[in-house]
Amino acid sequence: MISIGERINGMFSDVKRAIADEDKNVIQDLAARQTAAGASYLDVNVGTAAADQEATMAWLVETIQQTCKTPLCLDSQKPNVIAAGLKAADTSMGILLNSSPLNKKTDEEVLDKYLEMAESAGPGGKLIALTMDKNGVPQDIDTRVAIAAEIIEKTMEKGFDSDRLFIDPIILPVKVPDAQTQPGNVMAAIDQIRLLSDPPPHITCGLSNISQGSAERSLINRIFMAMAMSHGMDSAIVDVLDEQLMDVMATADILMNKQLYSDSYLKAYRGG
Amino acid sequence: MPVPTITDSYKSAVNKVTLGATQEAGGTRSKTIEIGGAANVVYGGAAEQAALRPVVAIDVLDSAPADWPEKLKEPYKEVLDKPGAWAKKCVEEYAADLICLKFDGIHPDKGDKDADHAVAVVKEVLEAVGVPLILWGSGNDEKDNQIMPKVSEAAKGENCLLGTVTEDNYKSLTAISLADGHHLITEAPLDINIGKQVNILASDMGFPLEKIVTYQTTGALGYGIEYIYSIQERQRLAALSGDKMMSQPAICDVGYEAWRAKEAKLADAPEWGDPADRGPMWEAATAVCLLQAGVDIIRMRHPKAVQIVKAFIDKIWK
Repeated sequence: MISIGERINGMFSDVKRAIADEDKNVIQDLAARQTAAGASYLDVNVGTAAADQEATMAWLVETIQQTCKTPLCLDSQKPNVIAAGLKAADTSMGILLNSSPLNKKTDEEVLDKYLEMAESAGPGGKLIALTMDKNGVPQDIDTRVAIAAEIIEKTMEKGFDSDRLFIDPIILPVKVPDAQTQPGNVMAAIDQIRLLSDPPPHITCGLSNISQGSAERSLINRIFMAMAMSHGMDSAIVDVLDEQLMDVMATADILMNKQLYSDSYLKAYRGG
Repeated sequence: MPVPTITDSYKSAVNKVTLGATQEAGGTRSKTIEIGGAANVVYGGAAEQAALRPVVAIDVLDSAPADWPEKLKEPYKEVLDKPGAWAKKCVEEYAADLICLKFDGIHPDKGDKDADHAVAVVKEVLEAVGVPLILWGSGNDEKDNQIMPKVSEAAKGENCLLGTVTEDNYKSLTAISLADGHHLITEAPLDINIGKQVNILASDMGFPLEKIVTYQTTGALGYGIEYIYSIQERQRLAALSGDKMMSQPAICDVGYEAWRAKEAKLADAPEWGDPADRGPMWEAATAVCLLQAGVDIIRMRHPKAVQIVKAFIDKIWK
């Protein structure tokens, strides 16, 4: 399972404050703790408060990479902010760009821009693409799959290998009225998206979104993750500091024969 | 007919391990040996993804063996009770890359010899040869925990490969190996899951994963070689897929296992062919098979088998 640690995000108050105060320790500590917890990538999102998002992204990237070698996942809906992060980053250990929709009303070519940036980062440059287009976030299964098909077609045309592509079928909060069909739709969409190419693209999602506003957040996150993994989701943007969540991830990997079993597999999963 | 190019690529590689320490590194070895590094399966991928050349360690026993078949004793008959001279013969005449000093004589059932004896043997062999050493206990936990720390200390600074530790008995040897700067052999009973577990246990004691070599109790040709083959292969695939707890190079004990087979040691069986060839062939066939599963160090015994296996390695790892 490819876990993307979500904590370095300006939406969290400690990170927001650290950005405002230019306090490197808070950021570097979060990077170290998420790495020790087993994160494959560290998400970097400047949030909405920063006045100059490009400069903030560059500062976050430099700050993290001064003390941490874990690959980064640059997270912004604005290509110029991703570009600023990319320019500042050491990409030799790989980098993930998060994320682009198929297209936008205001920018038909947005996916091309993200693809070009991922390509420019070398063979370790990877991209998360959302099953979302200019009409917004689809609620049903078929539209998700149709958008994923278009994304895959476009990336293949550009010679971008499917193992560098992560499709995010977008999970919505289960608490929203009438949204209880969404988890099932996402899993059904994952089943079909994985048939669109060989090898299939990676499947990821912003896991914590499913429990937005709910009372039992951690439990909902854990259970849905195990269910989605059984449908082939092999990556997620998660709170890697949630030990129970990481234990579920390790156990699901064992049960799906993705990792070798040993009695101390939980320990090995974090350490490994 | 055109042959399609099919190459699997992997994201990780087996650790590289250097054994032995020269004078500059605080030891007395005349050379070091580097093994491991495979970034693909044997025969898979590009040439630069292959493992470093596998090596042959020839067994030298601390005391003259009581149960070796005649045909195996023959080449060593003058040195069987002189470990130093035995080791020298293995290096100079049979081109051993390493010497595996096996302490059978300290086993309660095979001589029950004491620490003074074991330490004297280590010193004698260190003196006699310049290649790196493997220091391998008797398999009796109690006796190994008592004697092997002394053996380890006697070779301190030589960067030997010391073993073995198991799931049930790992603390003493792991600690002493760490203290004396040796590499460690983790052992599992033909069980991939226990193999991983022992590595986790040793690593949990602070022993670096990069200084471990794994050992799965070997099965010879005709005696479970399929199991050991598939386990070594599975371990290699786990290493290549990035499992840090399984990214260690592997050692196999082919000499001991092959010569336990009746096909190798039975003298009075003319219908099976000349016993002078049969034993060495059994040993060589077992070794060559396991090299293809992905093994980095092979423990061997008969010089003729060593010659065949080294010729095979020369061909494949040009």
